[in-house]
Amino acid sequence: MSNKETTSKTLIVAFLLCIVCSIVVSASVILLKPIQEKNKALNLKSNILAAAGLLVDGATGEEIETLFSSIKPLLVDLDTGEYVDPGLVGKEEALDYDQRKASKDPKLSSVITRSEDIASIKRRVKYAKVYLVEAKGKVETIILPVSGYGLWSTLHGFLALESDANTIVGLGFYEHAETPGLGGEVDNPRWKAFWPGKKVYNLEQSDEPVISLVKGAVDKSTPNAVYSIDGLSGATLTSRGVTNLVQYWTGEQGFKKYLNRLRKGV
Amino acid sequence: MSDVKVKEVLFGPIFTNNPIALQILGVCSALAVTTSMQLSIVMGLAVAFVTGMSNLLISLIRSQIPSTIRIIVQMTIIASLVIVVDQILRAYAYEMSKQLSVFVGLIITNCIVMGRAEAFAMQNKPGISFLDGVGNGLGYLVLLIAVAFFRELFGAGKLFGIEILTTVNEGGWYVPNGLLLLPPSAFFIIGLLIWALRGWKKDQVEVPDFNISAHTVKEAF
Repeated sequence: MSNKETTSKTLIVAFLLCIVCSIVVSASVILLKPIQEKNKALNLKSNILAAAGLLVDGATGEEIETLFSSIKPLLVDLDTGEYVDPGLVGKEEALDYDQRKASKDPKLSSVITRSEDIASIKRRVKYAKVYLVEAKGKVETIILPVSGYGLWSTLHGFLALESDANTIVGLGFYEHAETPGLGGEVDNPRWKAFWPGKKVYNLEQSDEPVISLVKGAVDKSTPNAVYSIDGLSGATLTSRGVTNLVQYWTGEQGFKKYLNRLRKGV
Repeated sequence: MSDVKVKEVLFGPIFTNNPIALQILGVCSALAVTTSMQLSIVMGLAVAFVTGMSNLLISLIRSQIPSTIRIIVQMTIIASLVIVVDQILRAYAYEMSKQLSVFVGLIITNCIVMGRAEAFAMQNKPGISFLDGVGNGLGYLVLLIAVAFFRELFGAGKLFGIEILTTVNEGGWYVPNGLLLLPPSAFFIIGLLIWALRGWKKDQVEVPDFNISAHTVKEAF
């Protein structure tokens, strides 16, 4: 055996090792990608169902697919609040539209001015994807995608509203990287249970969103209790982020026009 | 290689030479993932797989590795294996991988893997190196399970997610100890386990580095 301590030998070993390892790593990534994508899609669907309160505990993949098939995805033009044809974004079905991708596409989104960007998401999509749960031809639940910056990360989730386009059915996040145990408590079922029944707008006064997270527990005797949610203890910035993102997406820049139209019944 | 050696290499790390309890390696991930039994088992198996395979591969090419770059070579092999494990978990155990999040990736920095590669695989034949890696992974797994048992049972009243002690929140009698769900509690439990283990196997007790000498200063008055 030749001396293994020469420079050329070192280079050869390093080179071969890199080749072999990169082949192994890239092969595993590519071969497993379809299964991972499927898991991700399923996770997204189960989160949509969970926000609408339709998800049964321990549902299998197939059950989620069947439940999800009763939900109707539609595209909404955020500027007018009207439904648009999926053809506008070059897709056959609204389901195929990737809103997160579109938010990076200059053709499908625009820069939000600093003062308006309360959720710190930088770009605003022209068309947003909403999901409707219908029963007997009537809309029962409206599921809106929401996203916004917390402390460390952008939180992505869904806000579900009742047919009055005001009362909350649920809120859930499917992706975030907040501190586990503090901001990460946005995933805690006990905290999520504060949301159902709360209202986004005080429609007697205006059509601007008033819902917010408050410090500590909500005092039930105050008239504002129905627009307030308990803040997450030890996570002031995540709580502020959640308030901002909900207000952003239900406000002027978000779905306000769309929800106004729904309430008028057009 | 004799039978006795195989047994020693494979099962020795479980109690007599436990990587966490005796060598005090890999403690950081033990703090993070031991909140539930399921997570601990998946994590333990992932580590056992990585230590076993990295020991095997490094041992196979040990005579070819130039000593100047040996640590980098070991790291590259370990890192590749960890990525493969992470990808497999994401494909076949999605929920688990979401909960384990960064900790699977951090197996790379687990001192046990690197320690076994450098200390054992570089000097021994592939077969026995593989067993040594698996054995050390098992030692890690066993300790993780022991810690997770206490943390999940007394922190959440559950084992494998199944209700054992009905907690007050669910209308039962058991008030869960919230501290046990936080990482510091694993320190206490690991400490107590080491104490128990050394009480049982006295040869693991270390000789004190120094003795405190008697107090010689005379009191005033």
